[in-house]
Amino acid sequence: MTGFFDIPSDLQHSWLGLIGLHLREALLPVLAGLVAALPIAQLCARFRWLYPPVLGVTTVLYAVPSLAFFVVLIDYTGQTELTVMIPLAVYSLVVLVPAIVDGVRSVSQETLAAATAMGFGPLRRYLQVQLPIAVPAILAGLRVATVSSISLVSVGALIGNQGALGNLLADAMFYHRPVLAVNSVVTTAVLAILVDALLVLVRLVLTPWMPPGARPKRKAAARPEPAAVAGEEAAR
Amino acid sequence: MIRIDSVTKRYPDGTVAVDRLSLEIPDRSITVLVGPSGCGKTTTLRMINRMVEPSEGTITIDGADISRQPVNSLRRSMGYVIQNAGLFQHRTIVDNIATVPRLLGWSKDRARARARELMERVGLDASLAKRYPYQLSGGQQQRVGVARALAADPPVLLMDEPFSAVDPIVRKGLQEELLRIQDELGKTIVFVTHDIDEAIRLGTMVAVLRTGGRLAQYAPPAELLSSPADSFVEDFLGTDRGIRRLSFFTSETLELKKTPIVAVDSTAEQIASRTDPDTPYLLVTGLDGRPLGWSEPEDLVAGEIETERLLPYGRPFVHGKDSLRAALDAAVLSPTGWAVAVDGDGQVIGAVSQQTIGEAIRSAHAEGRDDAKVAG
Repeated sequence: MTGFFDIPSDLQHSWLGLIGLHLREALLPVLAGLVAALPIAQLCARFRWLYPPVLGVTTVLYAVPSLAFFVVLIDYTGQTELTVMIPLAVYSLVVLVPAIVDGVRSVSQETLAAATAMGFGPLRRYLQVQLPIAVPAILAGLRVATVSSISLVSVGALIGNQGALGNLLADAMFYHRPVLAVNSVVTTAVLAILVDALLVLVRLVLTPWMPPGARPKRKAAARPEPAAVAGEEAAR
Repeated sequence: MIRIDSVTKRYPDGTVAVDRLSLEIPDRSITVLVGPSGCGKTTTLRMINRMVEPSEGTITIDGADISRQPVNSLRRSMGYVIQNAGLFQHRTIVDNIATVPRLLGWSKDRARARARELMERVGLDASLAKRYPYQLSGGQQQRVGVARALAADPPVLLMDEPFSAVDPIVRKGLQEELLRIQDELGKTIVFVTHDIDEAIRLGTMVAVLRTGGRLAQYAPPAELLSSPADSFVEDFLGTDRGIRRLSFFTSETLELKKTPIVAVDSTAEQIASRTDPDTPYLLVTGLDGRPLGWSEPEDLVAGEIETERLLPYGRPFVHGKDSLRAALDAAVLSPTGWAVAVDGDGQVIGAVSQQTIGEAIRSAHAEGRDDAKVAG
């Protein structure tokens, strides 16, 4: 029981099981974040004065350490996956809201005027013109949010083995098996890269209308590197 | 008929974009709104489809007040063409054109079939149907813009500086295409531009607006050139309005001289018989009747005419089809001062001197003044 893929029984999962758990804990929050970010961003694009305060709030929330979130949430949601996922969903907003707002705003005045002049109402115009044209920017944001979420799930290990692959880090110490830590880090990294590649593929499929070589504006990339964030989180 | 009745647009900050403007825009013709930037021409256009609501005054179409009509159905009954086309970059060309029919509830197949029909009408190759806007040139995109505006066959077409962003040669092509399409379809077109040449070229009626959104003059282009209402309109028309006005006079009235023309295979007697003190040069034509060049009679030796030594003849004009402006241009370009007149096939039918063209211009102007008196 010392192989690379031999997982201690206290985690109650095989290696593949941990991967599945990790993906669920990482991706559901991003999905929830996207569902929340879409209407928030729509409001910010519609009422320009709203954007700076919204951006401020999401940034402040991003600055709250996940441990602090856990302390508050644990009274309500206990030592569960949900307690891990709620902060992750909140963190994803800081990337997704600006990505969607920038994307929606990048639609040219001419295109908007043409849509209005052809008889598109505001909602139809948002759904059929602005949002589709914002897809490259939204996916750029989704990539950052997803990769960062995958690396952040590991902190769930702090509240009783809710960190999926992150739990291996704790077990590596308990059982003096450094190979488990290597497994955790490598698997998480490979997972992040694969999911990122998948999102690039999704972008290519969804936007056949983009000139090849044209890159979407990646303002989101100016956010902290996910790896660095993961490091900070681990240090907390 | 679209009737704009003492319409004012005042913004909350007090700026007046359009000031008590009244215009009657006739059906099935091109009415151009032209003026410097800030003259309210685009605002006026956008009030017609209610993208801007007037502060005062009313706009009616065939007697019906547009402010009482549902805004989206009003807009769907008007084609709209904008600078840079404003195409939907995420939709194919055929789907871009099919937009309004789809909004009107047509089936996808019917809308696409209609879109393909329009691509042909505006001169777009069918192979472009499945392409995306980024794959098209600026001129092609603008054609898509026109096709999209025409898709649901609206009676009214609003065009906001549609050809401003393309280069002059493409623009000329698009203008010709628009005139051709208009001949076929007879839409009521309101066309906004800052380019007076474009206004004169396309307009049946031209409304010149001045800064502050006031109407300076509303007249057919020929009248605008011959009798500008004031110094603003005169300045706006530019320094060569006299020359440009000649575009509206036919060259048909020019009396052609047929004597100074010799074929390249003429005999010495024929050359001698063509020599005339009033026409110091002779035009040599090829065996196909096309012009070769000018020469002084004494330089021409029968049977040994060296075509490469002839003086160039500039650019001929088509008698009766081209305007006096083209004839004058041909005379100015010709080193001998004589313009070469050809028929529709390019065969020489005569020559005309600058002097004769000058006389024709004077008499055309005199008639123009008589017409103006009758009209007044």
